[in-house]
Amino acid sequence: MVIRGAEAEVEVLEDRVIKRRREKKYRIKVLDEMIRKKRTRMEARIISQARRAGVATPIIYDVTGDTIVMERIRGELLRNCINEELSRAVGENVAILHENRIIHGDLTPKNILVTDSGLYFIDFGLAFFDERIEPMGMDLHVYFESLKADFDNHIELRLAFLEGYSGFSRYSQVVRRVEEIEERGRYRA
Amino acid sequence: MLVLGIEGTAWNLSASVVDENDVIVQVSDQYVPSSGGIHPREAAQHHSSKISGVLKKVFNSVDPESIDGVAFSIGPGMGPCLRVVATAGRAISLALDVPLVGVNHCVAHIEAGMWKTDAVDPVILYASGGNSQVISRRGNYYRVFGETLDIGIGNALDKLGREMGLSHPGGPKIEKLAREGKRYHSLPYSVKGMDFSFSGLVTSAKTLLQKGIKREDLCFSFQETAFSMLVEVTERAMAYLDKDEVLLVGGVGANSRLRQMLSVMCSDRSARFHCPPDHLMGDNGAMIAHTGMKMLTHGLKTDIESSKVKPDYRVDEVEIPW
Repeated sequence: MVIRGAEAEVEVLEDRVIKRRREKKYRIKVLDEMIRKKRTRMEARIISQARRAGVATPIIYDVTGDTIVMERIRGELLRNCINEELSRAVGENVAILHENRIIHGDLTPKNILVTDSGLYFIDFGLAFFDERIEPMGMDLHVYFESLKADFDNHIELRLAFLEGYSGFSRYSQVVRRVEEIEERGRYRA
Repeated sequence: MLVLGIEGTAWNLSASVVDENDVIVQVSDQYVPSSGGIHPREAAQHHSSKISGVLKKVFNSVDPESIDGVAFSIGPGMGPCLRVVATAGRAISLALDVPLVGVNHCVAHIEAGMWKTDAVDPVILYASGGNSQVISRRGNYYRVFGETLDIGIGNALDKLGREMGLSHPGGPKIEKLAREGKRYHSLPYSVKGMDFSFSGLVTSAKTLLQKGIKREDLCFSFQETAFSMLVEVTERAMAYLDKDEVLLVGGVGANSRLRQMLSVMCSDRSARFHCPPDHLMGDNGAMIAHTGMKMLTHGLKTDIESSKVKPDYRVDEVEIPW
């Protein structure tokens, strides 16, 4: 089975997954190669860092150029089965990521799998390391926006996430920043 | 049915009459800053000195007595400019004794695109001076999936243009220079989830300019970086929402490199790319008139008392009954 995402082509085999960043023909070659290589290397590093920190992610088997080979996780997409309890668990996991300076960069229910042993974060394609409040606020902002875009009970899901996230040492600073970001996206004449 | 639409949220003052099928007449008059960028008060003075002339020309081709409604852009935009347009709208609506309707400027851009293309349920890239958003319809609202966290793409291009000593608007001149550019200089590529930002790009471009790199190469590098960001987020929204159409609207949509990149991205994923004709691309009165007509036929009108302008009006605040 091959899944063609916007960013990468993911080949799902029996026991492993091969993720290759696709060439984007709309970008000039030099910029395209730069972006793909940089993101592949960063993604592999972050997947293993997150795992060591206690967030469930696939085991990395191999990294070359624009390709990562990793463990196959079997589960249901969070987007198809999200509820308040699961959204709370997302918050708990993101608190761990942020405690470890990992910014997810694309925190949506399409990038998380639900398995018998809990949540698996399977896509760190846009992740990076940063210890500033700003990008942490961005992670939450992106997650809340994707909830708003897809689920009518987005307010409850947001509150549940925040409950889970409240264990993070810089919780109140990040939440204040999210509110600022929500303001900032607005049109200023 | 004939509806008059008046647009003047920023530098282009434009009035138009449309019927159900097409634009009957459209007259525009653009404010050109004497130096630097758009000054809101000067732009508003321009609009108020030109509005009667613009409307006179419109009424030369369409009998005012035949107008069934008056639409004006109520926001978002520059407050002083919006107030001129609102005042004109109210006055004409009262004088002709026809209903008034305040139209959201962003919704109007999208509706004009939906009107004059075959788009059915697209991901919309709205790229203009003050706005840069990736939007899609869900239920009775247009939802914003990603947007700029600081300045609009057009604004970013204009800032670079001013830095290079180009007159306003800088975008078309940068596009021309970029065609001669060959060497790519690395600039910050800033996509965060579904959002993006341009101010870091402008700052780095200024530094490169001071270092004396070729202007053509700078424009080329700037466009390639900024547009790649917009196209990437558009594609991500398509993947996320399972949509196979893109509609490009807004003034920067006139840029042929941006169009080309979007159309390459679309054909790569067997999707369709739509973009409205030039006279409906940038800010224009016809899009306001057309959207106003849709609102009026759905029983939406704006009383004079509640016709105060909304400089911060967002596209996702508007309920769409059609």
